[in-house]
Amino acid sequence: MAELDYRSLVHRCFRCGFCKLTHDYSPVGFNCPMYHRFRLETYSPGGLNWLIRAALLTKSIEWTDHLSEILYSCTMCGNCAEACRFEFGKDMVNMFRQAREDVVETQLGLPKMVSQFLENVYLYGNAFREAREARGDWAAGLPVKQFADGDEYLYYVGCVGSYDSRSRKAARALASLLLKASVSFGILGQEEECDGNEVRLLGEQGLFERQRDRNIEKFKELGVKKIVTLSPHSYNTLKNDYSGEFEVLHYTQLLRDLIRAGTLPVPQRAVGKVTYHDPCFLGRHNGEYDAPREILDSIPGIDLVEMERSRNTAFCCGGGGANFYTGISAKGKEQASNARVWDAVNTGANVLAVACPVCLMTLEDAVKSEGIDDRIIVRDISEILADNK
Amino acid sequence: MEGKGLPAMKDDLIHRDLASIVGEDYASNRPEELFIYSVDSGTEGPRKVDYVVMPKNVDQVQKIVAVANQHRIPITPMGANLTLNGLGLPVNGGIVMDMKRMDRILELNRQRKYVVVEAGVTQGMLGSYLEKNCPELEHSRPEAPPMATIVGNIVIRGHGYLSLRYGNNSHHINGLEVVLPTGEVCNIGAGCVSPWPFCKGPLPDMTGLFCGWNGTTGVITKLSLKLFPKRRMLDVVGYAMDDLELVPELLYQVTHTDMVDNLFVVGFASDTHESHKYVTASITGDLDEEIAYKKAVLKKIAAGYQEGRVRFDYPVWDPLKSRFVEKPPYVTPALAADFERGGGFRYCGAILPVDKIPEAWRKGMEIAHRLGINFSAGIQILGYCHSAMFGYVYPFNRAEEQEVERVRKAMRETNEAVLQMGGIPWKAEVAAQKQIIEKMEPNTHDLMKKIWKALDPNGIMNPGNWCK
Ligand SMILES: Cc1cc2nc3c(=O)[nH]c(=O)nc-3n(C[C@H](O)[C@H](O)[C@H](O)COP(=O)(O)OP(=O)(O)OC[C@H]3O[C@@H](n4cnc5c(N)ncnc54)[C@H](O)[C@@H]3O)c2cc1C
Repeated sequence: MAELDYRSLVHRCFRCGFCKLTHDYSPVGFNCPMYHRFRLETYSPGGLNWLIRAALLTKSIEWTDHLSEILYSCTMCGNCAEACRFEFGKDMVNMFRQAREDVVETQLGLPKMVSQFLENVYLYGNAFREAREARGDWAAGLPVKQFADGDEYLYYVGCVGSYDSRSRKAARALASLLLKASVSFGILGQEEECDGNEVRLLGEQGLFERQRDRNIEKFKELGVKKIVTLSPHSYNTLKNDYSGEFEVLHYTQLLRDLIRAGTLPVPQRAVGKVTYHDPCFLGRHNGEYDAPREILDSIPGIDLVEMERSRNTAFCCGGGGANFYTGISAKGKEQASNARVWDAVNTGANVLAVACPVCLMTLEDAVKSEGIDDRIIVRDISEILADNK
Repeated sequence: MEGKGLPAMKDDLIHRDLASIVGEDYASNRPEELFIYSVDSGTEGPRKVDYVVMPKNVDQVQKIVAVANQHRIPITPMGANLTLNGLGLPVNGGIVMDMKRMDRILELNRQRKYVVVEAGVTQGMLGSYLEKNCPELEHSRPEAPPMATIVGNIVIRGHGYLSLRYGNNSHHINGLEVVLPTGEVCNIGAGCVSPWPFCKGPLPDMTGLFCGWNGTTGVITKLSLKLFPKRRMLDVVGYAMDDLELVPELLYQVTHTDMVDNLFVVGFASDTHESHKYVTASITGDLDEEIAYKKAVLKKIAAGYQEGRVRFDYPVWDPLKSRFVEKPPYVTPALAADFERGGGFRYCGAILPVDKIPEAWRKGMEIAHRLGINFSAGIQILGYCHSAMFGYVYPFNRAEEQEVERVRKAMRETNEAVLQMGGIPWKAEVAAQKQIIEKMEPNTHDLMKKIWKALDPNGIMNPGNWCK
């Protein structure tokens, strides 16, 4: 179905504030990460709608750097779309993205870190301004081969898994699991390019299309049919915004199937009490809540406990919409990730399981900055399965 | 832009003072915050706002009040700004003090049936907190969205689903902590003598100095609120009738049974609903037998009317029933904002004698038809038929300026009509406050002025509101 234009929708927002909460009004806290962080009405989905209308449509206020920061502080986590009680609410994330597209197109001015992110992707094919040649370094020493025609899966790692030192460990863990289960797969190594999920969400549609087209061309050239992603962000865009020619799986879906089929053994060691944090781009955006839980449940040494905000009411780690890089929302004591790790600690869990390199990065930082690394550790599900300590 | 505002030169100094009190993140004089806090979800504003500040505790509130006194700059306390009549907007510029960072639930006392909350605690927060920690007790919740604050609601003397039995929500106050306009912290209710805010106490009732005054007499920082038994079962019965004139007597009879917890009259200005009035009566109980008995008694009332004039209805039509039995916070009323697919509605909540309902209804229809706007009525009975809140609901499309203007006009005309009928607009917007004060006896208005003068010598608390 064709997307509705934000111009015909924003004025329908009443600023009633349902969007700041969980769908079931959890008393734990506000579920909009930017509102949680800043608490001014400007930094709420309703505030954003009214500012967008005033600045871009009725032109009753001017575009400023601060307004640009507000617009890009949204992590696009989708809680507002879930919690809004009005029919148009389901389009909320699209409305913000489309408004950003207008901002980019009309060159109104972006926050410095957003421009830098986009420039990095444009020039280097990755978010971090890292050398293209280093993209495959995460796999050093592993018997992982370059994708070739005939391989069943392309293992698409994404920028964060490829370059972030913490997330690389998850990338490696996943590769080792695929090897262990004798999955036929290959990687692109230094040939891999940014998938464009955040680029699209930041409103740079032109750059997104370039990334998408390049990737599609490469995938076709190599004979890729099935893709398994480390990151839910890659999964989201490859599945929903690409051509639809490839079968795309998040790795938890593939591993779940392998465990079910008995081709991937699960560790037998006691892990303890584990709670699982739903990544927004796997959960709310794509409705996959069960595969990661089924994996964790299948490990005998795990006692899986739920956080009060989980599944479609999960609280974002604050890193989405490129905030893991721009740091607009992801900064300061009040940032979402700090609150989220307390959600986990309050369950009594000793392990916070994630299934996303962005969440892994932000939540592990939060555990350190909150000084609770003696109470809980953050592990990607791939690492738990690979039995990496 | 309405309102006088401030000369620009003081700006930086005041902003610096505010930021040093609450931290840079929570004080703003940037155009974006000033814009968002200058408008509400209804049709009021934009009004001049000079600063926005979000205190975290009473100490910070005191310091902000000191800054305001020093610079003679107005302060407007704000909860969620959801009155739809712009009461959380300053009338003459100055500081908007958004209270929602003061969001702690400080004490729940099951035995004494009260809860102590800070000023920024919302209906949603308290509701889900009680559900989790003490499901057998509840507070009287308005149909307002879950972000509405408990304190904002008692300040405007709002009402909730327990207001038939226990009076409007400001009757449920045990005590308040207030920062006076001169900066002192004042404890009101039993808590000023006893260690506990367990009731108002046999003292002069000074809670009235802060309810209905729209934040012009001080900043409430804490509230001790009564909780009430929550029964296990909730059901709804209905009465349908064509003759509007039958409504007041029916309401009298229904409340007289003492079996109803919440009583509403609903109807819409469509052809079908014009001749179709509907009364919903909520009943609660802990046993099936209790519900069945109440239903039987209420059914009997309809049987007392001539054939078919009042039709007892059970079960009630699902979409209507869900409004009254759905788990709070209540979603249905907010949906009026999308009736015109345009993100807005206003409602004049007229407090009227119950026997005035037929006349009030006809007046609303007449105004809406003449101005060519949509109208629906939502009438909540307060007390045992002691009064009614007649909600004239006028939805509009925010993108259609002419439609917005017609709704503003409808509000003016409705307020006037209500006053002529002997009623009083509730949570009146500034224009309606003027209409009320024009009708008010001069000595009463003088007393209001004397109270302001005594409490707020520098006139810092939202001057202009209530014609202050
Ligand atoms: C869909 C919908 C349904 C509604 N249904 C109901 C209903 O059933 N019953 C009902 O009563 N209301 C209802 N309302 C009206 C209103 O939303 C509620 O009364 C709400 O509780 C007001 O709270 P608030 O936090 O929005 O107050 P605000 O609008 O922020 O403030 C109200 C007034 O209180 C003052 N104030 C706020 N905080 C303080 C403080 N700490 N100290 C001093 N003064 C302060 C403000 O200056 C303002 O004058 C409804 C509104 C909507 C949109």
